[in-house]
Amino acid sequence: MSDNAKEILKIEHLFKDYDNTPVLEDIDLTVNKGEVVVIVGPSGCGKSTFLRCLNGLESIREGRITLDGEPVDPNNRSIYKIRERIGMVFQSYDLFPHKTILQNITLSPVKVQKRDKKETEKEALELLERIGLSSHKDKYPRQLSGGQKQRVAIVRALIMHPEVLLLDEITASLDPEMVREVLDVVLSLAREGRTMVIVTHEMGFARAVADRMIFMDGGHIVEEGSPDEFFDRPKSERLRSFLKTFDYEG
Amino acid sequence: MEFDAIREYLPLYAEAFKLTVTIGWIGIALSLVIGIAGAFIMYFRIPVLCQITKAYVELFRNTPLLVQLFFIYFGLPKLGLSISSGTCGAIGLGLLGGSYMAESIRSGLFAVSESQKTGAASLGFRRGGMFFYVILPQAVSISVPSVIANVIFLLKETSVFSAISLMDLMFTAKDLIGLYYKTTECLTLLVAFYILMLLPVSILGSIVEKKVRFGMYGS
Repeated sequence: MSDNAKEILKIEHLFKDYDNTPVLEDIDLTVNKGEVVVIVGPSGCGKSTFLRCLNGLESIREGRITLDGEPVDPNNRSIYKIRERIGMVFQSYDLFPHKTILQNITLSPVKVQKRDKKETEKEALELLERIGLSSHKDKYPRQLSGGQKQRVAIVRALIMHPEVLLLDEITASLDPEMVREVLDVVLSLAREGRTMVIVTHEMGFARAVADRMIFMDGGHIVEEGSPDEFFDRPKSERLRSFLKTFDYEG
Repeated sequence: MEFDAIREYLPLYAEAFKLTVTIGWIGIALSLVIGIAGAFIMYFRIPVLCQITKAYVELFRNTPLLVQLFFIYFGLPKLGLSISSGTCGAIGLGLLGGSYMAESIRSGLFAVSESQKTGAASLGFRRGGMFFYVILPQAVSISVPSVIANVIFLLKETSVFSAISLMDLMFTAKDLIGLYYKTTECLTLLVAFYILMLLPVSILGSIVEKKVRFGMYGS
């Protein structure tokens, strides 16, 4: 990463509760343009909630989240414009079951961003071509495999031309042989210099794709560092024992 | 079975069939209008109207159509409003049906998953766009089977119309039996005409259901 890295997403002193139970406590994080930040941690540590906060899908108790200086606040009318600039992909794909694959991709650019339908379709087809699914454009989500659906969901987020892409455990509900095809798409996006914040349980993928690793536990950021430091020389005992749970040797 | 009698009664039944179908479908159209409006009011929890709608739904779902018809047919003239028995039948059916339709459509709206809404929100959809492009189409798909079941139920409920001396199928059958005692013939014709009225709805209904079934598949 260069020294003149430009900050794009800034989180300062973020606190979040669910019914007075703290979920996130004093989170500080800055994501630079073109950076891939990968968050790992045990289930229930707050990493998915954190990602939802970044897209203004959760109200926060305290702190500030800004995208290029503009507040990400679900109680502010500007949140809709902000969400157009932040793409998000979920574990459960959430494609629209009543729309074809092509319609799924073009619906929001045409209806929300009021972009030209023909142009958008052309772009959608190029993107589908890239992920090898252009022949499926007229099918419905139910006719696709999980891995295919998740790739479509990524394209559906990309066509909005987001400045940041948030990926929330996007391979968690996929069969092992489908995980690869989805992660390959994400790797190619990282190579293009896309800014991404990724929550995952795939440690090999995390190491390959990350510029920076974050370990969350109990609503805190416990440790952060470069992938090599993070995996080879973890500083905290909690991260060491977390990483051990993925280790089947010895 | 006397086929001569059947031949003789047939035109009377055909006349009653026309009347039953007309009033039945006017009532169903009315019930859909009330149902859609009621469901939207309950979904968006519009203050005051929401409470009124809920009270209406409970009142009309939990009382028989016959009683409702009596109230309209004998009650309205007492208030100085006299209406024909045909109008009364259509309004009664519309009000009864409206309460069922409102519940069917409301439950369809609420059945659209939270994750679909989150997905749409993350794509920048505002509330209106999310409702019309994402929630409503899926809600319709989920509601269709029970809406069709309601339509069939309401068409059968028309048999109560005879109580307010509408010359519907049931009235005609009872009238003819009373006059000529040809019970078998009259009841056979009655069954045949009800099937004629309802079978097309059943068949068409299952075709429509298959067409819009996407709401029940995964996303």
